[in-house]
Amino acid sequence: MKLPITMTVNGETWPLDVEPNDVLLDVIRTRVGAKGAKIGCERGDCGTCTVLFDGRSIRSCLMLAVEADGHEIITVEGIPENGVLSNLQDLFISHNSFQCGFCAPGIVLGAHELLRDNPNPSRHDVQHALAGNLCRCTGYEPIIDAVLAAAEEARS
Amino acid sequence: MTITRRPFETDAAAEELAFVGKSPARIDGLEKVSGAARYVDDFDFGPDLLFAEIVESPHAHALIKRIDTAKAEAVPGVVKVVTGADFPFGFGLYMKDRYVFAQHRVRFVGEQVAAVVARDEGAAKRAAKLVEVEYEVLKPVFDPVFAATDDAPLLHPDLADYPHVPWFFPHEGTNIAHWRKTRKGDVEEGFAEADLVLEDTYEVPRYAHCAIEPHVVVSLYDRAGRLTMWSASQSPYTQRHVIAEALAPLGLTHQQIRVITPYVGGGFGGKAGVSMEIMGAALATAVQGHPVKLRFSREQEFYNTYQRQGLKARIKVGVKSDGTILAVEHTMHWDAGAYVEYGANVVNAAGLSASGPYRVPNIKIDALCVYTNLPPGGPYRGFGYSEFNFGLESHMDRIARRLGMDPVAFRRKNAIVEGDTLAYGEKMNPSGLLECIDKVAAAIDWGTKETSDDRHKVVGKGFALMWKAPAMPPNASSSSFLKFNEDGSINVTVSGMELGQGYLTVMAQIVAEVLSVPPEKIRIETPDTDRNPYEWQTVASHVTWGCGQAVEAAAIEAREKIFEVVHRVHGFEEDSLFLRNEAVHCATDPDFELPLRDFVIAGLETDDGSYRGGPIVGSGMFMPEFTSARSDPETSQGGHPNVHYTVGAAGVVLEIDRQTGKMHIRKTALAVDAGKAINPDLVIGQIVGGLVQGLATVLYEDMRWGEDGRLLNPTFTDYKIPTSLDIPEEIVAIIVEVPQPDGPFGARGVGEHTMIPAAPMIANAVEDALGIRITSMPVTAEKVALSLWEGEA
Repeated sequence: MKLPITMTVNGETWPLDVEPNDVLLDVIRTRVGAKGAKIGCERGDCGTCTVLFDGRSIRSCLMLAVEADGHEIITVEGIPENGVLSNLQDLFISHNSFQCGFCAPGIVLGAHELLRDNPNPSRHDVQHALAGNLCRCTGYEPIIDAVLAAAEEARS
Repeated sequence: MTITRRPFETDAAAEELAFVGKSPARIDGLEKVSGAARYVDDFDFGPDLLFAEIVESPHAHALIKRIDTAKAEAVPGVVKVVTGADFPFGFGLYMKDRYVFAQHRVRFVGEQVAAVVARDEGAAKRAAKLVEVEYEVLKPVFDPVFAATDDAPLLHPDLADYPHVPWFFPHEGTNIAHWRKTRKGDVEEGFAEADLVLEDTYEVPRYAHCAIEPHVVVSLYDRAGRLTMWSASQSPYTQRHVIAEALAPLGLTHQQIRVITPYVGGGFGGKAGVSMEIMGAALATAVQGHPVKLRFSREQEFYNTYQRQGLKARIKVGVKSDGTILAVEHTMHWDAGAYVEYGANVVNAAGLSASGPYRVPNIKIDALCVYTNLPPGGPYRGFGYSEFNFGLESHMDRIARRLGMDPVAFRRKNAIVEGDTLAYGEKMNPSGLLECIDKVAAAIDWGTKETSDDRHKVVGKGFALMWKAPAMPPNASSSSFLKFNEDGSINVTVSGMELGQGYLTVMAQIVAEVLSVPPEKIRIETPDTDRNPYEWQTVASHVTWGCGQAVEAAAIEAREKIFEVVHRVHGFEEDSLFLRNEAVHCATDPDFELPLRDFVIAGLETDDGSYRGGPIVGSGMFMPEFTSARSDPETSQGGHPNVHYTVGAAGVVLEIDRQTGKMHIRKTALAVDAGKAINPDLVIGQIVGGLVQGLATVLYEDMRWGEDGRLLNPTFTDYKIPTSLDIPEEIVAIIVEVPQPDGPFGARGVGEHTMIPAAPMIANAVEDALGIRITSMPVTAEKVALSLWEGEA
């Protein structure tokens, strides 16, 4: 039994027919084609499937697609404005805040949310905000440094 | 091959390097932060894509009596169900002891018995549950020490028939798949002369790599009989080779197999060699014309890919009262798991080097690779050295304390230096170990006691050395193609993998240095075995050193062609020409400047209107021709198994809560001798990331097993890898540069080494703080607290 839904992904409207048990992550990846959200654990542990859902970061592997009906989704592909990377993304490059890159989309989204809500985060605030996004390569230090640098640049 | 450098170039290189030793932005950065980077699972394969699901053994050791696939085949959407009978093929990298699907016997919980291919994942999963397998359960064995005895059940009755590399020594009729013996001097004499002999045992459990990207492979056996695989792998060529060997009975050849490896989401050794990918290849041949995807769940990622092997080690060290080490005896029983086709080489590497980075006149090492009924062991960042270093560096600390010597002074006194004789008879390479020791000791203010304002907390300091050599077959080689484009930019193809370490950027910097073209104008393609030239594997921390030499050679060949054509048209002697800022210059004519973009494709026009030259291309290859794995099987003397060692030291300032055992790292420092840091920021990335991964193995992680051999914690909920909250307060990354004479610009590998000293330095800091010695990993808060309570009781 297919159910009609309409969601917005990165500003584009997507009317879709989905099964009641279709997972949002799979629909975003295979039907919409936004591949920035990754499959890492399928149980909400690793955060590599992070998307912004009406502006809040969520684990899209733990949400059904039907729950996204009428809602707005942002993936990492939707972060740049007019094709220009956010300052945070630039700082991720200059700080080597990724290695394999697999966790980077989810962490960029989590950090984006943090900086929007808290322009003056402490080091611990950053660590706490990203504690649900696992990275096995970097040891997190360069990620935290980049987020703090982005906050500082936004303030000055 | 040896790369010949022009005399003036060597001088210039020493004086001014334009791109090497700098830290330009990673060339994969934009793709990775924008979401543009594509990993295997991100490619679309069209409406005829099929999905595979594996049927797994619930038993650690059993005979397969019967398999009934009828109910599974009846599930709507199911295209094919296969079993071991369809693919009765063995495979393996260093020893062919493994099977595509189980043949009559299963040897670990989770082993693949059959597989279902269906049009959607749901149908495949449902049908896999309906495959009926009847087993005759056998007695399993999990302890490697017992498994090595004659009383243990025999897991591989056919051991003697398995083809293997000549440097393995299987013991027929036992579970000992390989026994590496290294003998130097006479340890008994050493112990007799010693003023102090200390002997103890150490235990290291199994660990999981936990790359965030699970293993995934998409395979298409097309209607023309070509097999194309898109694989999340560190080893495209090794995959092609092992699969071609194993599936040769199906008519597949190297020529007919193509392995494409886009960006990979972390490897750490777990995606080296061939594991689940061989199933993908086999299944594709069963559904010709359809691409078939096999993606492991996180649970499968834990229990049916390579794991870091467990270790039970007995260490005996004898010293003089002045601290001089006289003898080291190290006996290691490795829990290598059900199949050791890769893991036996981990054991081999440890068996050659488990005396550590010390000058030791008398050495006896026994490294036993023992079959057990746990999942196949294999390569994991550190390749045996992380495992044995826990015991060895714990033991060295205890010896120093018993002697009343400062543990750092003890290590400094015995630290191996260039020219010292290694355990297997070769000489030690140039090494900055002493500099590493001194810089780390200074960084953590070694010798100064720290305290806490909290009366429940104490602070200890710990120190550990590390070393590691690449474990490579003597003919492990690399190669590279290079071509110019019309705008003077360059494309390079190699088949090393960008695992995250920054390999592509480092290769670009090497090319940039030789050809004076900045890294951002150099594009390096990820591997495709139809197009990119050969690389053994991206393992062993060898690609900067080995593939770097191949890439340097390709760039030098292109430069020779550039100079040759300029010489032909302009008449300058080739020796007088050099490259700077993307142009050819001449030492004898300061006014001469010829931009590369003007002629690297178009050629140079002569006076009569004809042209000389043509598209500039280069190729390079590298093989460590000075190595040999042949040696005396009873002593390991006579060969040259390792190319060189990379060394380093690490230290920690550890705060411990006496009530809970909870540990907090105030500061940690690690120094590694990179030879030459081609990109210092990337080396620092390896230090920080590797150290945190190493600290995780000692503070947080370990695999827990049920009595039936089932993994109890195959999720990130129960197998705790560090989050952003679980990192040291401060990490000091120190780069030491004592050049490796044959490395590109003096570089040697550092990728694995940075996790090797983490575990013993924590155990040593715990003893420093509390006076208790923990001899089994992990050193968790729980274990520390329990040890304290036992001591007080």
